[in-house]
Amino acid sequence: MIDVKNLEKNFGGANVLDGITTTIEKGEKVVVIGPSGSGKSTFLRCLNRLEEATGGEIWFEGANICDPKCDIDRLRQKMGMVFQQFNLFPHLTVRQNITLAPVKLGLMDAAQANQKAEELLARIGLSEKADTYPSRLSGGQQQRIAIVRALAMNPDVMLFDEPTSALDPEMVGEVLELMKQLASEGMTMVVVTHEMGFAKEVATRVVFIDGGKIVEENDPQTFFSHPENPRLQDFLSKVL
Amino acid sequence: MASLGEQLYTCLIAKERWLLILEGLGNTLLIALGAIILGTLIGGILALMRLSNNWLLRGISYLYITIIRGVPMVLQLMIFYFVILAPIKGMPKMVIAIISFGVNSGAYVCEIFRAGIQSIPVGQTEAGRSLGLNKWQTLGYIVLPQAFKAVIPTYANEFIVLIKETAVAGYIAMRDLTKAADLIRNATFNAWIPLLASAVIYLCLTLGLAKLFGTLERRMARSDRR
Repeated sequence: MIDVKNLEKNFGGANVLDGITTTIEKGEKVVVIGPSGSGKSTFLRCLNRLEEATGGEIWFEGANICDPKCDIDRLRQKMGMVFQQFNLFPHLTVRQNITLAPVKLGLMDAAQANQKAEELLARIGLSEKADTYPSRLSGGQQQRIAIVRALAMNPDVMLFDEPTSALDPEMVGEVLELMKQLASEGMTMVVVTHEMGFAKEVATRVVFIDGGKIVEENDPQTFFSHPENPRLQDFLSKVL
Repeated sequence: MASLGEQLYTCLIAKERWLLILEGLGNTLLIALGAIILGTLIGGILALMRLSNNWLLRGISYLYITIIRGVPMVLQLMIFYFVILAPIKGMPKMVIAIISFGVNSGAYVCEIFRAGIQSIPVGQTEAGRSLGLNKWQTLGYIVLPQAFKAVIPTYANEFIVLIKETAVAGYIAMRDLTKAADLIRNATFNAWIPLLASAVIYLCLTLGLAKLFGTLERRMARSDRR
């Protein structure tokens, strides 16, 4: 589904991504972990070109995302993204947050989008919040709405950039629970996170990035119980 | 020394001098209103140019702002009247004044808009783009509505400053509020009544405007309430 070939990203002389090659298959849940500054968020942001890669290729649904001539707006419609800081639109109600893109992009008419929004809100138990503004909601509620906002576009893959890192501890659970539901429904997911429990439970593959390279990747069982690379062993000994 | 009542009568009522004040007020309002509309248009375009990826557009915008902000308003007005627009015969002074003040205001409005747009966190743009909205849709539906709200106070201030700046319109022999007061001063040899009267009118205008924008700001802040 996503084919990454020798991806490079250079920030003012420093190689943040130093040749990353991997393939994400349909239905996979890839959890990306690594120390801060390792390039894991940059990697994720390159996947939908919020960061411009300086080298390599990313193939998604028959197009190379790194090619300046590709229709990135159309490709992004199929790649949902969830941010650490939620990034709900504060001037719009919850309902408008969800319906804006599908309507403005002509994918649904207002009534369809509205129905979709209500279904999604009912699913996360926030139906009664449809007409409130994001600033009145808790972080956990905001992040769950950000997730369903992305889902309203019917994406083929969901990218999560440290979705629980900005949350108060008691709200982490509700967001992870929603992500687990998504995973069990077969959504293809790429998740950058520090939640090792989530990685163990949900991931089909865990990827360790350090120094802009994939140092080790494996199924979660092997990854956590038999890490081979000394840097990964060191990292896991600190976070587990 | 005449009584206050007599002075007021001489300066404001006699020989229909109040009509002169009214005419001046009308001209002042017309110049300011025309100029803020023109200035907002110019400022909006300049702000987008300033934030564009194209170095030429950025450069033009920067040059415009530098020149306009570095030259006194009175001088710009005179340059427009006696030099730039002089070849166009029969152009009404009002139009010349609106163009001069509008062109000037545009530079300041541009900086207000630019600061407003840049005050919106980049995450908002990223969220819009990641949903598949293009650059202009993201700007129009997500960034600008928020920026608009953020700039209301400084924009209101620019409008207020502009109203007061139009007081130099007399330099191209326009009869604005200040000029009207000055004409009455000349005719009656009484300085303080006409000057004070026009000062009070300016004050009412600016206070009223501040109040109006204050209301607008509170109404726009609805979504921020916690």
